[in-house]
Amino acid sequence: MKKLILMAMVFALLLPVCASADEVVNVFNWEDYIDESVLKMFEEETGIHVNYMNFTTNEDMIVQIEAHPGEFDLCFPSDYIIERMIAKGMAAEINFDNIPNFDQVLPHLLNPDYDPTNQYSVPYMWGTVGILYNKTMIADPERSWHILWDEQYQNSVFMMDSIRDSIGVTLKYLGYSLNTREVPELMAAKNKLIEQKTSGVVKAYQVDETKDKMVAGEAPLALMWSGDAQYAIDLNDDLDYFVPQEGSNIWVDGMVIPAGAQNKENAEKLINFLCRPDIAQMNCDYIRYSSVNAGAIELMGEDYTSNYVMNPAQEVIDNCEFFHDIDDSFRAVYESLWMEVKNTK
Amino acid sequence: MRADMTLPWWAWALMAAGFVVFIAMLTVSIRRNGGIRRPLFASPYALWMILFTVLPVILIGYYALTDANGAFTLDNFRAFWDSNFASNKVILEAMGEAGEAYITRGTVNVDTLGYSLWMAFECTLICLVLGYPAALFMADRNMKLGPTLVVLFIIPMWMNFLLRTIAWMSLLEDSGLINTLLKAMGFQGVQLMYNSGAVLLGMVYNFLPFMVFPIYTVLSKMDIRLSEAAADLGCNGVQTLYKVTMPLSLPGVISGITMVFMPSVTTFFIPRVLGGGNTMMFGDLIESKFLTEGNWNVGSALSLIMMLLILVSLSILRKADPNGEGGGIA
Repeated sequence: MKKLILMAMVFALLLPVCASADEVVNVFNWEDYIDESVLKMFEEETGIHVNYMNFTTNEDMIVQIEAHPGEFDLCFPSDYIIERMIAKGMAAEINFDNIPNFDQVLPHLLNPDYDPTNQYSVPYMWGTVGILYNKTMIADPERSWHILWDEQYQNSVFMMDSIRDSIGVTLKYLGYSLNTREVPELMAAKNKLIEQKTSGVVKAYQVDETKDKMVAGEAPLALMWSGDAQYAIDLNDDLDYFVPQEGSNIWVDGMVIPAGAQNKENAEKLINFLCRPDIAQMNCDYIRYSSVNAGAIELMGEDYTSNYVMNPAQEVIDNCEFFHDIDDSFRAVYESLWMEVKNTK
Repeated sequence: MRADMTLPWWAWALMAAGFVVFIAMLTVSIRRNGGIRRPLFASPYALWMILFTVLPVILIGYYALTDANGAFTLDNFRAFWDSNFASNKVILEAMGEAGEAYITRGTVNVDTLGYSLWMAFECTLICLVLGYPAALFMADRNMKLGPTLVVLFIIPMWMNFLLRTIAWMSLLEDSGLINTLLKAMGFQGVQLMYNSGAVLLGMVYNFLPFMVFPIYTVLSKMDIRLSEAAADLGCNGVQTLYKVTMPLSLPGVISGITMVFMPSVTTFFIPRVLGGGNTMMFGDLIESKFLTEGNWNVGSALSLIMMLLILVSLSILRKADPNGEGGGIA
């Protein structure tokens, strides 16, 4: 459904781009990934109209960006997709003179592997992938990925319908890198995922629906991004989150201006606005991911620093791995593998 | 394998040419007829058809027969038969002979098509069994409730089918209305969702009106004197039904079957919402080719295969209703 809405929005977007001479910025962001009142504030302060559109997974996003060049002025891809966009010349160089608030970005997130010269992206949020569980259903969970394969929890696990995330954690469980290009390791991961499905522990494969279902107590276990997990915990005290001991994925979502964007300066204004500490704080309070903004973290104080979902311990971070992009041809192996898992009855 | 996602130049040329031809034909026919005549009123629709039906089909054909660089290839159809076609090539390139141990024919696409056809068959059968008596009841002139039933069938169709399907989700969930009620009454909860039964339920629910209305239309147009004549000649109610009413309503049944079967085969979204993504139907597969993998070429080949299948089934059904009495849909 979200994809349908997205498509409708993409088509609706064609009109304002052609017709209006007013100042606009066309923003393409994850579902539930901003406090939308922030956009209103931006419109009031600058007079720039924001056309706001959503996507569900990185893969869906980049397909749309490729299919509609010049129609998006700002998007929010994850690290490995930023890497791909830069490699393919799909990212525009950002003029940092227009982004004075860039000095708020935490220093250890500057010049990351996916954008070594830091010319194309500004970090937006970061987080981990882990397990959200319901304490009333599982009192003392095993802090390992194994719990998602434990056959005593029949019909209990929400997996993620997202290729890299689901395959990635399986690779971690097996002790491999989640960026592996070794075919035997990937085949082992496939068999593990098929085994998980046929053993009956998986309840569903989904993305955006999971957090609200977990809040409603629909299942005891879910594979989840940390911010969505914190959002769910805020709404239901019975929920808790951990990053399994084998390690997991740590990621940064950045703000990128696609090459050929028609309102580049407006996009830069919006980036600068989103880097303003009070705005970054509003977003962080709303979407519950980990902040990249020193000023915002200071404003949030104890509330943020004592929260182990949003502000994980250094050893958890050290145990996690970033995704790297899988190049176009090898991606077919990941895609076939995932299709075979989905096709298993 | 990424497709070049802008329209090829000749698609634009084709569109422009179509438009020019259209204007030319319009001018010629106005001249010939010495003014605007009735057939001309069909021209906005004809233009619509060219732009949004004919051209897209040509484009699907183009993408299905080319690779990412636009060169002719049949690989997309091989990729239908062997869903691991692309990945097997990559594995062999990366590992050489050692990779052969990991090469298997992927049956994802063929399996999914088979599963979709089977689900569509089940859905059509259930709709027929449920829908025929309902249509009989609605068309019966002695039943005062008939027209009310017609309205009750139509009212849910005022709402978008996506919303209706999501509403089913909040009924069927483990923490949904039905299970909450069961548990409140002291029973154990039951697993209603996240399986193909729930998908089938969603399909039947959404497509049932398409079975009922064609049958209802034929039945309500039927001459009541035919049943009276059958009764005069000694048929009892049951005999009248299967000797007179049923054969005469066949065109409506054929239409109903077509109108349920086609959207059932191409169903997507329902498996994701009610089936929890545990099973894929062919529509979901095509969607993921286009939107997640960005592979328009294989996606188009799969679409083309599905269109061909539908065409074949339509032509079979057409034989059963040559005069198009059931609305001429088949």
